Amino acid sequence: MSSRRSRSRQSGSSRISEDQLLDLVTKLQQLLPELRNSRRADKQVPAAKVLQETCNYIRSLHREVDDLSERLSGLLETTDSAQAALIRSLLNYN
Amino acid sequence: MASTIISSSPVTNSDRSKRRKKKKSAAAAAAAQQFKQAEGSSSHARWRTESQQQIYSSKLIQALSQVQLNPSSPSAPCRGRAVREAADRALAVSARGRSRWSRAILTSRIKLKFRKQQRRHQIKQQQRIVSAAGGGGGGISRARKPRVSVLRLRGKSLPAVQRKVRLLGRLVPGCKKEPLPVILEEATDYIAALEMQVRAMTALADLLSGSNQASAGSSG
Repeated sequence: MSSRRSRSRQSGSSRISEDQLLDLVTKLQQLLPELRNSRRADKQVPAAKVLQETCNYIRSLHREVDDLSERLSGLLETTDSAQAALIRSLLNYN
Repeated sequence: MASTIISSSPVTNSDRSKRRKKKKSAAAAAAAQQFKQAEGSSSHARWRTESQQQIYSSKLIQALSQVQLNPSSPSAPCRGRAVREAADRALAVSARGRSRWSRAILTSRIKLKFRKQQRRHQIKQQQRIVSAAGGGGGGISRARKPRVSVLRLRGKSLPAVQRKVRLLGRLVPGCKKEPLPVILEEATDYIAALEMQVRAMTALADLLSGSNQASAGSSG
């Protein structure tokens, strides 16, 4: 256990400390909607699970953006320019 | 490809100047303060601010009106793809070049032609790296604790974690060859930005469908 800090197997490429890595993974975990509720101080989620959930979440977000793009492209062709200008002004002054 | 970028950059520049004139100075100052505070706390809190979403929405609408100018409308998937690319570009611009993924999105438009040739080489290189790392590191770490936990991240040589990190790096644009901490940081920012993108596009779609219904009801 004491060799944790002094040992660095991959010299040069990974000089990051374990605390930093832990911090990053925890931050990532807090962003994920599924792991956020089950996050407890004593329960450590394995890193592989966090990474897997991250991949899944990003993929689902991509899918959602794709669906929204399809929907928007269909809506845009039926909207005329006057409405587009109206929406623009609405969003600017909100 | 280059012409689209050139035509889009004056749009963003004029958009920025228009926004500066249109938006009241108090609101702009408040937004700037909010940015500074959000930056100090964490990068992804910035994506949750109302002002950031509004900025993105106005950029998105500008980009979308550019997309619409194409008179010969292609099939629906092509149009959806064009909207998606415009939305991603607007998102990358909203990031103000502070993150790798945003820079990668903006430069990938230029590199689109070369990428197809590069991708074959990159895939081969990746496979070589992953197999080498998995083979070399897996032998060492398997002699220790077999249980996978967060504490084992420091080694980074576990094949499962390594594979997942590579997967994640491929999902986040521009992070295919980055080390683990970089990928994690980019992923946190990217997820927050994607969430904002989804929120903004949903609001826009609701607005458009609502106005479409209203106009159809009034005219019909």
